Amino acid sequence: MRYYTEDHEWLEVSGSTATVGITDYAQGQLGDVVFVELPEAGRAVTKGKEAAVVESVKAASEVYAPVSGTVTEANAALEGTPDLVNSSPEADGWFFRLTLSDPSQLEGLMDEAAYKAFVDAL
Amino acid sequence: MSMMNQGRPSAPGAVAPAHLAPTVTGNKALMLEEPLIFENGSVDVTGVDLEAVPAHKSRLAGLERSAPIGLPGLAEGEAVRHYTRLSRQNYGIDLGLFPLGSCTMKHNPRLNEKMARLPGFGDVHPLQPQDTVQGAFELIHRLAHWLKTLTNMPAVAMTPKAGAHGELCGILAIRAALEARGDARKVVLVPESAHGTNPATAAFCGYEVESIPANARGRVDTDALIARLGPDVAAVMITNPNTCGLFEPDMKRISDAVHAAGAYVYCDGANFNAIVGRVRPGDLGVDAMHINLHKTFSTPHGGGGPGSGPVVFSEALAPYAPIPFVVEEEAAPGIRGADNRRFHLIEEETANAEHHENSFGRLSAFHGQMGMFVRALAYIESHGADGLRQVAEDAVLNANYILRSLDDVMSAPFGASGPCMHEALFDDSYLKDSGITTLDVAKAMIDEGFHPMTMYFPLVVHGAMLIEPTETESRGRLDQFIEAMRALAAAAKSGDTTRFATAPHFAPRSRLDETRAARTPILAWKPATDERQAAE
Repeated sequence: MRYYTEDHEWLEVSGSTATVGITDYAQGQLGDVVFVELPEAGRAVTKGKEAAVVESVKAASEVYAPVSGTVTEANAALEGTPDLVNSSPEADGWFFRLTLSDPSQLEGLMDEAAYKAFVDAL
Repeated sequence: MSMMNQGRPSAPGAVAPAHLAPTVTGNKALMLEEPLIFENGSVDVTGVDLEAVPAHKSRLAGLERSAPIGLPGLAEGEAVRHYTRLSRQNYGIDLGLFPLGSCTMKHNPRLNEKMARLPGFGDVHPLQPQDTVQGAFELIHRLAHWLKTLTNMPAVAMTPKAGAHGELCGILAIRAALEARGDARKVVLVPESAHGTNPATAAFCGYEVESIPANARGRVDTDALIARLGPDVAAVMITNPNTCGLFEPDMKRISDAVHAAGAYVYCDGANFNAIVGRVRPGDLGVDAMHINLHKTFSTPHGGGGPGSGPVVFSEALAPYAPIPFVVEEEAAPGIRGADNRRFHLIEEETANAEHHENSFGRLSAFHGQMGMFVRALAYIESHGADGLRQVAEDAVLNANYILRSLDDVMSAPFGASGPCMHEALFDDSYLKDSGITTLDVAKAMIDEGFHPMTMYFPLVVHGAMLIEPTETESRGRLDQFIEAMRALAAAAKSGDTTRFATAPHFAPRSRLDETRAARTPILAWKPATDERQAAE
């Protein structure tokens, strides 16, 4: 099941783990991504707080954790090829994986249709 | 009469052929191509004649360089040409309008330079005996007095070297004040309309940064800010006038609420140019504010030396200000300055004895940027109080002239909320569906001979273009700029994308690949042979 936030992160949930990245809309707004700073495995992240930083030719932006949890893995491929965020934002360009600490936090997030409507209204 | 009847008359009517072959040299008349100095020079050439070093015993214990250093040499004339040619490819305030928003790129008066070169200011050393630099101390003291008066704040730290360094100074003083009362607050609130360095400073000092939204009028959402105050909030960092180029009218209400919650108000004074002589931040409840001497007080931005960002403090924070600082002695013996006054420095050794034991310490090695102090004081004294007031008035007038001359063809998101302060903010909604971006407009401005405006900041609006003309631009220059911007806006709306997509077309270099430069930067020059060897 895929969820979306108003800050343009996506979250693919499978059981108690989730993969996090930024949406196609977000990468389009950022422009060419040149650097991604990812959280280390084992780090606890809090819903709505900074979890990663993405830097494009335009600006550096914070990526917020869509839900609270513990990071299990960061996408090492982004270190050498940050352009994956542009070419494949919602698949190969994922940022990190985490174990959810409170699955009920998913309830406040948008599904794909709701996110699409949200973006269209921007 | 005798007449010179040889030679060919010049032919003003002659038309150049449409497609000229490139020149042999790559130069375009007065636009000269210039290789890197490593490519231009040779290790076999030198501009100076040095005698061979006589045989000597080395004391370097085997650390001597064994191979030639490989630095290129040039004859003096060629070295001068190299840097002169490079300087011609640069753009600066001495060449034309530099409308970089929030940077206050105003003219640097030449009087400042003359004063800074006086031997008594230009040739002093920071470790000279204090008796020999009484005049320099008096100048620092006098500038400090002006800054305190203009802001109505009781103390000032002169040592910070730039705006962001000043922010660090202010937040460290706030942290020291909180620690002194045993209060370990963790959060600093930063409105969205603040400068980008503010959250960076707070994070650098170990604080959690929380963002406060802007309202529809481009100001801080005062109610949201006040609602967030609590026992965990150490400070609020607010930029006033803010990065939307707007004055924060609720400043006093915000300060009162922040103080009632036991926190401090840091004001980013980068935009002080818009209010100098008109508004005193001390009256608005500010506890600490940096003043960029290289903005408001016309000292050079780089080039002429580092910046300078003195920080003024409220009564509450003054005891925590950094050392060293200059104080005037009441009636002490010793060598005196020109008008029989005498000054000394408060440093580590004397801080306790002189009741400055709460200072958070030393922020920089010496007393601050002397050269910038001289320039700033020359600027202040040559303008006088009434002149400084007019600086702010003219800066605001010029910005509003630009705002109202462009808001019918560009889009000013807060244009309806009244006059702006020192800078005019536009967004990219006037480019909607044109395929042209803010970046493209900035590049096309280079073709028109202007430095681009600040772009994509503040983040509050989409595709921001922030234009700060400053008070030192004439009506004629502003009109020329406005005419160019109106023409660009019209071209964009008419679908003339070629003018933008590959701009700049007439600069020494056309559109650079910023993405590649950021992803795979080449940070050191290597001779071509090395690359070949590496390939093998």
